[in-house]
Amino acid sequence: MSQAVDFKRDACILAESLEANSSTDWLEAFRRASLGFFQQSAFPNRKTEHYKYNNLTALQRQHFSSMVDAAEDEVALPTLINPESSQYLVFIDGIYSQVHSKIDGYRLTAFSETNAEQQTLILDHIGANIESKSFFHLLNDSLTHDGILIETEDGKAHQPLHLVYINTSASQNKTSLTNLVVHIKQQSQATLIEHFDARLKADEKSLSNNSTQFILGKNAVLNHYRFHLEPENQLHLGHLAFWLGADAQLNTFHIGLGGELKRTDINVYHQATGSHAEIQGVYLSGARQQIDYHTNVQHQKPHCTTNEVFRGIVGGRSKAVFNGRIHIFPNAQKTLAKLSNKNLLLSKQAEVDTKPELEIYADDVQCAHGATVSQMNEDALFYLRSRGVSKEDAKLILSFGFINEVLDTVGNQEVADYLRPTLVQFFNQLV
Amino acid sequence: MLRIQNLMAEVAGKMILNGLNLSVNPGEVHAIMGPNGSGKSTLGNLIAGREFCEPTQGEVIFKGKNLLDLEPEERAAEGVFLAFQYPVEIPGVSNLEFLKASLEGIAKYRGEEAPNSVSLMKQAREVCKKVNLEQSFLKRGVNEGFSGGEKKRNEIMQMMLLKPDLCILDETDSGLDIDALQVVAEGVNSLRTADRAFLVVTHYQRLLDYIVPDYVHVLAGGKIVKSGGKELALELEEKGYGWLEEEVTT
Repeated sequence: MSQAVDFKRDACILAESLEANSSTDWLEAFRRASLGFFQQSAFPNRKTEHYKYNNLTALQRQHFSSMVDAAEDEVALPTLINPESSQYLVFIDGIYSQVHSKIDGYRLTAFSETNAEQQTLILDHIGANIESKSFFHLLNDSLTHDGILIETEDGKAHQPLHLVYINTSASQNKTSLTNLVVHIKQQSQATLIEHFDARLKADEKSLSNNSTQFILGKNAVLNHYRFHLEPENQLHLGHLAFWLGADAQLNTFHIGLGGELKRTDINVYHQATGSHAEIQGVYLSGARQQIDYHTNVQHQKPHCTTNEVFRGIVGGRSKAVFNGRIHIFPNAQKTLAKLSNKNLLLSKQAEVDTKPELEIYADDVQCAHGATVSQMNEDALFYLRSRGVSKEDAKLILSFGFINEVLDTVGNQEVADYLRPTLVQFFNQLV
Repeated sequence: MLRIQNLMAEVAGKMILNGLNLSVNPGEVHAIMGPNGSGKSTLGNLIAGREFCEPTQGEVIFKGKNLLDLEPEERAAEGVFLAFQYPVEIPGVSNLEFLKASLEGIAKYRGEEAPNSVSLMKQAREVCKKVNLEQSFLKRGVNEGFSGGEKKRNEIMQMMLLKPDLCILDETDSGLDIDALQVVAEGVNSLRTADRAFLVVTHYQRLLDYIVPDYVHVLAGGKIVKSGGKELALELEEKGYGWLEEEVTT
């Protein structure tokens, strides 16, 4: 029996065993349906279109087939957070830690304590598109016994909220799951910053399987940041969905450093007219790392716009995957959608697999996409050096130059200042 | 200041410079002229350290050091400046950031202190004004979307800021209209001092009406085949290069 089958069997046994003590009966039908689809789908391999470029051997060597139940006492928050004045939720090994969190202004409800109206909202979104979900997302859904619903207040502009996910040694060889549903209610504004971090020893591995759903009401504005700066032995499979209401505005910014396995799937659904999505991302990988961003933007209604820009810098023997899909439904006339993905290869052994996909079923739309893969420009390098800039600094400057277009759109100076040293450190390792 | 001795160099296995000798003293302006493919641009790029040309023999002594042993950035810090024939566009890196990195790199090599941001900004604005470049160019990407004339003026602007000892102008006149040519020439002339030398590589005598050389050298077949005063440039303009090549072969 192959190891891949073991992963699936172990997961099914786990799902069944958890069912007995569940605190969320109202999710049982959802879990069972997800498990049904999970059982029918095969462990992804090179012939699975959407996992074709992913190397999943790390999951086959270890199964991560049990859940974490202990949470650590002490945590170190990312320096972007001011423990006194910031608002933050901390998840240790996937489990929400109330003592380490500080929140005010947002309404927080555990799935197990939600009312009927909230339950309907959650099920309507996490239960949608179940047939098209990936193997690992279905696994997460099958194991969803709790989660957190975060709600804003109608018409209110909220302070930024940090979501900090930290994996510790307690999660070694285990899976940590998180399920979040964030409801940005109509006319309200919110900023959510997701940080992924891990405190693992070099020989420890942990898997995080994460699902976050953002529901934007009419005229709502969400600024979302997601930082994947965790060490490479923290494996990650992330699933994001943004459901945009009428005239809603989404700005989502991603930055990812490579790891042994790190993949984020981003789904954006324009569900009503007039919504706009800015999707920006930078991924950087070196050594033998891999990093993967799969984006899927659905224009279901007319008069919506999307601007998507991803830049990647790939060095060493690492591999980056980018798949950007824009799907325009038959009635989504007057759609404006742009997708750009550019990649810089810093070594001969580095690999980029980029695939922009446009699926257009409406005839009155403007849609553009482009993808490039290039090496560092030798002429530009010499130009800088001829002005007295050392080779190392010149490479650093050119690397930054390559992603500056995206970094400049961050629009939040604190975030930009926070990211810069991390990027410098990363580039210094590469050049 | 600069002494080139028996310099031979290849580009992609082809001999381009074939035993070139040249001496340049402080305060002098030397024009290098010659037909297409004679090695003029190779000479300028070789002195600045571009890797596409491989020196096989000879030496380039600049202020007592063999430049061929130094990295391009070290040559720049020693005081060599090449104004590019085709300045490179670098989107995402602002002109100001570029100048800052340049001054810092040079200061570090020399063990000096780099100018602070305020002082750099002041200096940069001054030199921009001298070459008729709007200050907004400092914030734009290096040469990004610049016109041909703006790119060349940007080169002269950098030269003014870095104050090199040896300025090499590689066909700076190509692609310039008369007005831009005058601006560039005025910029160069304002930098002419007793301790700074210029190597002006050009096809045409036109530039030399504005930047008047002390010496004119004709490069053909990878070596200097004739040297003279500024009147040699006029003679070349009249007769072309053909007669010289004949003179050399006979």
